[in-house]
Amino acid sequence: MFHRESGYFKTTYGADMALYPLPIAQWSVAVLAVLFLLLPLVTTELFGARNAEYYVTNVNFILIAIVGALGLNILVGYTGQISIGHAAFMSVGAYTAANLAKFGLPFWVTLPAGGLMAAAIGVVVGIPSLRIKGLYLAIATLAAQLIIEWIINHVPAISGGSQASIEVPRPTVFGFTLSAQRELYYFLLFFAVASIVLTLNLVRSRIGRAFIAIRDQDIAAEIIGINIFRYKLTAFAISSFYAGVTGVLYTYYYGVANYENFQITTSIDYLAMIIIGGQGSVLGSIFGATFVSLLPTAIREFMQYFGTMQIFGMQLFTEAELNNVIPAMRLTVFGLLIIIFLVLEPEGLNRLWRNIRSYFRVWPFSY
Amino acid sequence: MKSSSNRTRILATAAAAGVLGLAAPAAAQKEIVIGLQCDRTGATQTVGVVFCPGNHDYLALVNSTGGVEGRKIRAMEIDHEYKVPQGIESYERHKKEGAVSILLYGTPHTQALAAKMAEDKIPGTSPGFGTAASADGKRYPYLFPVAATYWSQAAASVKFVKDQFKGDLKGKKIAYLFYDNPAGKEPLAILEDLAKIEGFTLKTFAVPAPGVEMGPQVLDIADRFEADFVIAHLFGRSPSVSIKEFKRVGYKMSKVVSLVWGGAEADLEAAGGGALAEGYHTIQFAGVGTDYQVHRDIAEMYKKQGKQPPKEMNSTVYYNRGIFHMATHVEAIRNALKAKGANADITGEDVKNGFEQIKGVTLGGLMPPLELTASDHEGGGWVQIFTVKGGKLTKQSDWFRAYPELIKKHIEADAKKS
Repeated sequence: MFHRESGYFKTTYGADMALYPLPIAQWSVAVLAVLFLLLPLVTTELFGARNAEYYVTNVNFILIAIVGALGLNILVGYTGQISIGHAAFMSVGAYTAANLAKFGLPFWVTLPAGGLMAAAIGVVVGIPSLRIKGLYLAIATLAAQLIIEWIINHVPAISGGSQASIEVPRPTVFGFTLSAQRELYYFLLFFAVASIVLTLNLVRSRIGRAFIAIRDQDIAAEIIGINIFRYKLTAFAISSFYAGVTGVLYTYYYGVANYENFQITTSIDYLAMIIIGGQGSVLGSIFGATFVSLLPTAIREFMQYFGTMQIFGMQLFTEAELNNVIPAMRLTVFGLLIIIFLVLEPEGLNRLWRNIRSYFRVWPFSY
Repeated sequence: MKSSSNRTRILATAAAAGVLGLAAPAAAQKEIVIGLQCDRTGATQTVGVVFCPGNHDYLALVNSTGGVEGRKIRAMEIDHEYKVPQGIESYERHKKEGAVSILLYGTPHTQALAAKMAEDKIPGTSPGFGTAASADGKRYPYLFPVAATYWSQAAASVKFVKDQFKGDLKGKKIAYLFYDNPAGKEPLAILEDLAKIEGFTLKTFAVPAPGVEMGPQVLDIADRFEADFVIAHLFGRSPSVSIKEFKRVGYKMSKVVSLVWGGAEADLEAAGGGALAEGYHTIQFAGVGTDYQVHRDIAEMYKKQGKQPPKEMNSTVYYNRGIFHMATHVEAIRNALKAKGANADITGEDVKNGFEQIKGVTLGGLMPPLELTASDHEGGGWVQIFTVKGGKLTKQSDWFRAYPELIKKHIEADAKKS
C-alpha cells in the first residue's frame, strides 16, 4: 500500500515479527478483506444478479489460480527447484478427492486428503532433485507429469466413471449447498486467503529461510547446517500439497474430476503465472494468477468492442472475420505481452508494483 | 399562431403514437441469443475453423429467410482454445447475455458444465463428443449429445463389418486401433461385449499421444494379428498417419472403418490425397458432400450478398456437421416458440422442451432421422457410412443404427454406477 513508515519504533519482538507492523497497513488489509467479503453483494447491487454471476466467475478462476501459483512459487521461486509437473499433482488431488467423495465424504475431509496424497506423490517425484538440478530436474518432473497422466488414464480403480472422469456433488457448508458462482466464491475465497496467509508465514519461518538458502547456493546452505535432503523434499511436499488442493478446488468448482484439465499445458500456464508475477514473492503469485486468468478475457472483450470500429472510413474487421481474428489475436498478444514484460521487468509484476510504491513513498519530496 | 402550434402538437402526438405503435411489436420481437463455443486455436483447431463457420452460415441462412417464427437468432461465438477454465468463462458470458441454449464444444468442457447447465436450466448440445452416458436424459436433463455417441458409433461399426462378411462374424479377427485417451477408450466396453455376442476376436492397439507414431501397431495388425477388419478411432493428425501406415504395409484400405473424427477431407489430404485412401470407410453423423439443398441455399445467400461462398464449404464433413449442430438449436427454438407463442420470451427450459420434441427434421438428408425424447437425448444413434471412391467420400449406406438394446443396457449400468 502507499504509506510511509516514519516515526514507528519497534520495542517488542512481537512488533518486530508482525506481518503488518504499521497500523495503516493493518487498516489497508482490513479494508481489502471487507471489500472482498462484500464483492458478490456489491456487484449484484451494481450490475444485477446475472451480470454479477459473470464477474464473480472471473474472480473465482483467479482465486483457484492463486492457490496453485503460490504452491508452484514455493518450489520454483523460493527453493529454486524447477517443476513442469505441477498440473499432474493437481490431478492427484482431484482424483483422490473425487474417489473419496464417492463414499459421501464432505469436502472438508476430501480436500485435505487430496492435498496430502499429492504431497506424498510430490515427495517421491522430488527425489531426483537431490542429485540433479536445472534443466535435468525439469525433464524429471516432466516425466512425472506424463507418468501420472498415464496412470490415471489406465487404472480404472483411480479414474472410475466413464471417460476417466468422476462426478462430485456440490460442496455443502452447514447444510447449505453452494452452487451459484457467488456462493462458490466464498468457498474459494476461504482457501485462497488461507493459502496466502500460510505462505506469507511459511516463507519468513525457519523452513522458508532454509528454502531461500538452498535456492541461492545449495552447497553453502549445506555447509551452514541446512539439511538439504529434508528441506528439498519438504519443498516438494508443500508445493504438491498446494497443487493437490488446487486440483480439489477445480474438481468441486466444475463438479467433475477430469484429467484433461490437468495436462502439460496447465503446468505451463502456472509457470507463466509465476514468471509474469514474479518468482519468490507471494504478491507476485497473486498478480501473476490474476494477469494470466484475466488477460484472454480482457483481450476478447476489447476486440469485440473495438474490432468492428471504423477507422478512417475503413471497417477494421467484419463480424465473420472477427471470429477468426479474436482467438489468433489473443494468442499473439498474450505471447507478446509476456516477452515485453520480461524484457522491461524481468522480476515480474511484483517488481513493477514495488517500483511504483517506492516512487510514491517519498512523493512529492523525492531526492 | 396558437392554432398552428396546436396543430403541430397534435401532429407530433400522432407521429409519436405511430412510432410507438410500430415500435411496440418490434420491441416484442426481441432477438433470441444462443451461445456458441468454438476452438479455432487450440488442440482441435482443424475441426473448429470449419465447424464454426458452418454454424454461423446456417444461422445466417435461417435469419435471412425471415428467422424462426419471425424471430431472429443471434449466436455469440467465444473461442475457448480447448481450455476448460475459458470454456466455463465463456458459458457464464453467454449466460450473462441471456443465452437460451449453448452449442458446446469439447469433451472436458461438456463434463465440467453438465451440472451447471442443469442448475441454470440452460440446455447444451455436444454432438460427436462428451460422454456416451449423457444420452440418458433423466440423468443429464440439460445435456443433449444429439448425434451418435462413441458407443453408438462402435456398435454401428461392428454392424457394418458384419454386413461386409455377409452377416457372420464368427471366428473373424477385428483390430481396434485407438487414440490412447479416455475418448479413445470409451467404445471398448461396447466392442468387448459385441465380441462375445458376435463371436469375433477383438484385439486392441493403443496409439499414445500425440498419435503421429503408429508404425509398430499397424505392422502388428497387418502382419502378426492379420486382422480381417480394422475399426479405427483416432483424432487430430493421427487418422492421416494411420492411412499412410496402412498403405505402407500394404493393408487393404477397404478393410478399415473409422469412427467420426477420422474421416474428414482434411485427413485424406494430409494422408497424401484421396486416391491413396481409396476404399477407406468412415462413419458420419451428418451428411457429407455438397449435394444438399441447404448447401445450395447457403451458396445462393452468399451470391446474393455479392460474395463468393467461403472455402470452408468445401470441407464438407465438418462444415455439414456445423450446419447439423446449429439446425438442432434452430429446431428446438422453433418448437419452443410454437409452444409459447412467437412473441414469447422463451427460457432455457422452454428450449430444453423444444429439443425433446425434435422429430422428422432432415434438411434434405443432411441430418439423420433424429427423434429426441425426454429420456433419449441422443436421438437414436444414427450414422451413415461414407467410403472413399475415386478420391472422394461417397455415400455407402443409408442412415442406420445398431444394437440399441446393448447401448441402452450400458447407459443404465453407467447410471447405476454413479
